[in-house]
Amino acid sequence: MDRFVFLTFDGLSRGAVYAAFALALVLIWRGARIVNFAQGAMAIATVYAAYSVTSATGSYWLGFGAALLCGLALGVLVERGVMRFVGHTSPLNAVIVALGLVLVIQAVLGMVYGNEFRPSEAPFSRTAFTVGGLAFLSRYDLFVFAAVVTLMVGLALLFTRTPVGLRLRAAAFAPEVSRLLGVNVAGMRTLAWALASAVGALAAMLVVPTGLGLHPTSMDLVFVTAFTAAVVGGLDSPLGAVAGGLAVGLLLSYVSGYAGAEMTPVAVLLLLLAVLLVRPSGLFSGVAARRV
Amino acid sequence: MRYTVVRHLALTLAAAAVLLALTYGLEPFRNYQLATAAAYLCATAGLTVLTGLSGQLSLGHGALMATGAYPVALAQNEFRDRDISGGWVLPVSLAIGVATALVAGLVVGLAAARLRGPYLAGVTLAVAVIVPALTTAFDSVFNGDQGLSVYIEPPPLSLGATFPYERWQAWIALTGALLTMFLLTNLVRSRYGRHFRAVRDDEVAARLAGINVARTQVLAFVVSAACAGLGGGLLAVLAQSVSPGAFSLTLSLFLVMAVVIGGLGRLAGAVWGALLLVLLPQASHSLTEALSLSPSAAQRLDGNLPLAIFGTTLVVVMLLAPGGIQGLLARLAGRFRPRPVTAPDHREVGTS
Amino acid sequence: MKRTAKRRSATLPVSPGAPHRILAGGVAVALLLAVAACGDDGGGGGGASVPGVTDTEVVVGTHMPLTGPASAGYSKIAPATKAYFDLVNTNGGVHGRKITYKIMDDGYNPANTQQVVRQLVLQDKVFAILNGLGTGTHTGVLDFLASNRVPDLFVASGSRSWDQPKKYPGTFGFNPDYTVEGKILATYIQKNFASQKVCFLGQDDDFGRDSLLGVEKVLGPTGVVAKEKYVTSNANVGPQIGAFKAAACQVVVLATVPPFTALSIGTAARLGFRPQWVVSNVGADYTTLSGLLGENKALLEGMLAVGYLPSQFEPDDPWTALFKKVNDQYNGGAPFDGNIIYGMSVGYLFVQALQAAGKDLTREGIIEAVEKGGFRGPGRAPLRYSADDHSGYGGQRMTKVTGTTQEFFGPAYETDEADGPVQEYADQPPAPPANGIPAS
Repeated sequence: MDRFVFLTFDGLSRGAVYAAFALALVLIWRGARIVNFAQGAMAIATVYAAYSVTSATGSYWLGFGAALLCGLALGVLVERGVMRFVGHTSPLNAVIVALGLVLVIQAVLGMVYGNEFRPSEAPFSRTAFTVGGLAFLSRYDLFVFAAVVTLMVGLALLFTRTPVGLRLRAAAFAPEVSRLLGVNVAGMRTLAWALASAVGALAAMLVVPTGLGLHPTSMDLVFVTAFTAAVVGGLDSPLGAVAGGLAVGLLLSYVSGYAGAEMTPVAVLLLLLAVLLVRPSGLFSGVAARRV
Repeated sequence: MRYTVVRHLALTLAAAAVLLALTYGLEPFRNYQLATAAAYLCATAGLTVLTGLSGQLSLGHGALMATGAYPVALAQNEFRDRDISGGWVLPVSLAIGVATALVAGLVVGLAAARLRGPYLAGVTLAVAVIVPALTTAFDSVFNGDQGLSVYIEPPPLSLGATFPYERWQAWIALTGALLTMFLLTNLVRSRYGRHFRAVRDDEVAARLAGINVARTQVLAFVVSAACAGLGGGLLAVLAQSVSPGAFSLTLSLFLVMAVVIGGLGRLAGAVWGALLLVLLPQASHSLTEALSLSPSAAQRLDGNLPLAIFGTTLVVVMLLAPGGIQGLLARLAGRFRPRPVTAPDHREVGTS
Repeated sequence: MKRTAKRRSATLPVSPGAPHRILAGGVAVALLLAVAACGDDGGGGGGASVPGVTDTEVVVGTHMPLTGPASAGYSKIAPATKAYFDLVNTNGGVHGRKITYKIMDDGYNPANTQQVVRQLVLQDKVFAILNGLGTGTHTGVLDFLASNRVPDLFVASGSRSWDQPKKYPGTFGFNPDYTVEGKILATYIQKNFASQKVCFLGQDDDFGRDSLLGVEKVLGPTGVVAKEKYVTSNANVGPQIGAFKAAACQVVVLATVPPFTALSIGTAARLGFRPQWVVSNVGADYTTLSGLLGENKALLEGMLAVGYLPSQFEPDDPWTALFKKVNDQYNGGAPFDGNIIYGMSVGYLFVQALQAAGKDLTREGIIEAVEKGGFRGPGRAPLRYSADDHSGYGGQRMTKVTGTTQEFFGPAYETDEADGPVQEYADQPPAPPANGIPAS
């Protein structure tokens, strides 16, 4: 029983960070109808910016703020500077460009900062509270949960209750009609990229202290896991992203604890196949497939 | 149709003759690179049929290559352990690899048949990461991250005692590649090829026209998986080893990049893509070496600069030539194709 | 409905793609011929009968992870070796030949290793492969190097695969075998932590397996209470450390690479679990670990480990002083840590081997020279090379972290990879030559 409780809390704290990144993927999907494969690399670049700021000023929160600002700026830069010019003969072109950007970003980070793992400090203690010898969550885990829930609620409200959110969705779903109705489609697209990049930066700031350290490739596996979580939960749903993230985190922890670390990939694949065979658009997706 | 098959056969034999002559003219390392490109060509050709003609994005073809490579390794080692040898051993191992990959493609294809857009991408991405990781889950058979070495017999003595090993490797790989290209060229021009394009362009219309959409999609997956399996098996033969790192997510993504830059949907584009996979990393490295750097700068740039060059090349080529290299050549040839090979995609806007 | 499909195909030109394909085919063949033509750019030492050797130069190559997650720390080894070769070259080289060191990046991926090693051997025509890094990466090229009779010197890994003189006569190890190390660690634990519970965390490959084998040879099959594994693709060791805590382990042996050493120690601290850590040489460098742990580096206090090369924390050691000088002069003053010392020690040994091989340098000659053995250098353990033994270093010495240094204590030990006893090794390393270059 002790082990189960331990694994549950370990899984929840892991899952929260996957949820955070999955939210960024949901955001870019709802706002721009693409999956940004460069999301992870852009996010880790912002963490490096935070690292530089924190090293220079000694303040974690200044670095945190710098990461978010950097995220916004990077999103605008990538969308306006590169993605806008991608031809639309195939949606794959955007995927290839994004993958090329990943290589460039990681290589530049390696050239500027070197290939060593840098220590990444957490703003709160990561020591777990213990009750009767059982380890529960730590202050840092609670901070991550709070951030994720705030983000999820904020995004849901943004898309459903605000005029900006409506314009974002309109620009993504029906660009021609929205343009006719006076929506600045190009501007909305840039806004979506900027927001998604900032959310990705936030998620990366939360994730990196829990891993091996800061390295140009730190976000690669997180991206894949978070993408899986988002697909399981449904790419259209922030709630789905969070649920998917927590589910994947718990699954990884239980399997790792009871079956061994080597079996975790099998478990994730089985989860993915199981969910998509039953509900192809994800568990929380509300969109029904059109059938003929 | 029969005339087309005969014509393709003649073209294939002519290409074989040219390539044979080429292997006598090339240095050993270049023969090895040619062999590697041929192995990659099997995979890129299958992938371009799947993604370009059939419209199903697969980010997991590296993993499918692994499902062909590992059985080849296990079979070759098993034959060696039982002291069985002969010229037929290698083709049998490769056939086992292709069959395994075919089954894997069937499983993934069935799972993916109902999925579209990013959901399909998500499943194939998971396959790309997870299938190589299975080698650590069952490491008593697959030996985890370290992988297995693959026993390959030396070239037959009838070729002469000093026959360069790399030329032999090139012959094996080129045979596989030519076979794949021959089969795929015929498939593309056949009824099934038309079904692929029909389902890709307008699923509803295809269904109304009597095409079984699910079966067509799965067939495309199965065919491309078998080709990838052959490519993976050939890579195992060339490298004389298999390991999960050789078939990582990076390979899957590079295959997609190669196919798109070569020219999506065109088999000639797959050829460019395969050559790119072999030559571009080396070119980036040579460029870096040409710059003489101080030791501290070299430490930072070594390894990173080639990647930056590679990435920048990808971005620039995609922005300037979205039809890929073959698209560029088609325009240069002065002929405007009567209809675009890759149709404007309905799937971009929120279908699910 | 099918009739419609047929009619559509009939309106297409018979072979719309043919001209494009012919054009593409022609360009491809032309490209290949061009590549073939300029493929004749020899590399170093073309024309001489021994590849990679001329009267004025000897070319060697290596494969190392310069990029990717495994590059942390390891990417500094080859530049350090190169810096040492620069020192030697400035002083006229070996038998009048300057050493050129080609460093190729394989990103710790065995598939890339295949490519770059073939490039080094077939295209660059190197004389030998030196200090190839990685068990999984290097295992894949053993057959190729053997069949091409390329000397494969001083592999940077502790696997036992490099010690197979009959099967791979040209391959020689350098690092102490993981089994040797495991036996030494276990012997120390047996003497000093006799009644305590011992647990083991190892990488899920030959490194972890061979270490555990060595530990169990001394402590017995029931000596290790809990055994866990980790894979480098999963950066969460919470479940494993949690299992150790639940088993109330008092001593934990780590066969881990530096990022996972830091991760294990950090995770344990967060769970309120503080055992005695006993760490393999692979993942124990204090400079690297304190860099990874950042402000938590105090957790390393009291960590036990083993080492066999000079320590960067003993500036009075003449070898350390020599390597630091070379580092400042020829390596751009890179941060001085265990990886730099390692790289230069390898370089020193290679120069000794070159000298022993004589002015008439051949591939067979250098293999014979290494097998003759008898090299003495910066190592604290015996260096074992003979016709039957290609293993390299055969022992280690204990180290302990106190404050911000990691120092040797006690005697050095040596043992073999089988069931031989663990014995003290009393030989001290000789003083380094004044100019840093081995006397011929």
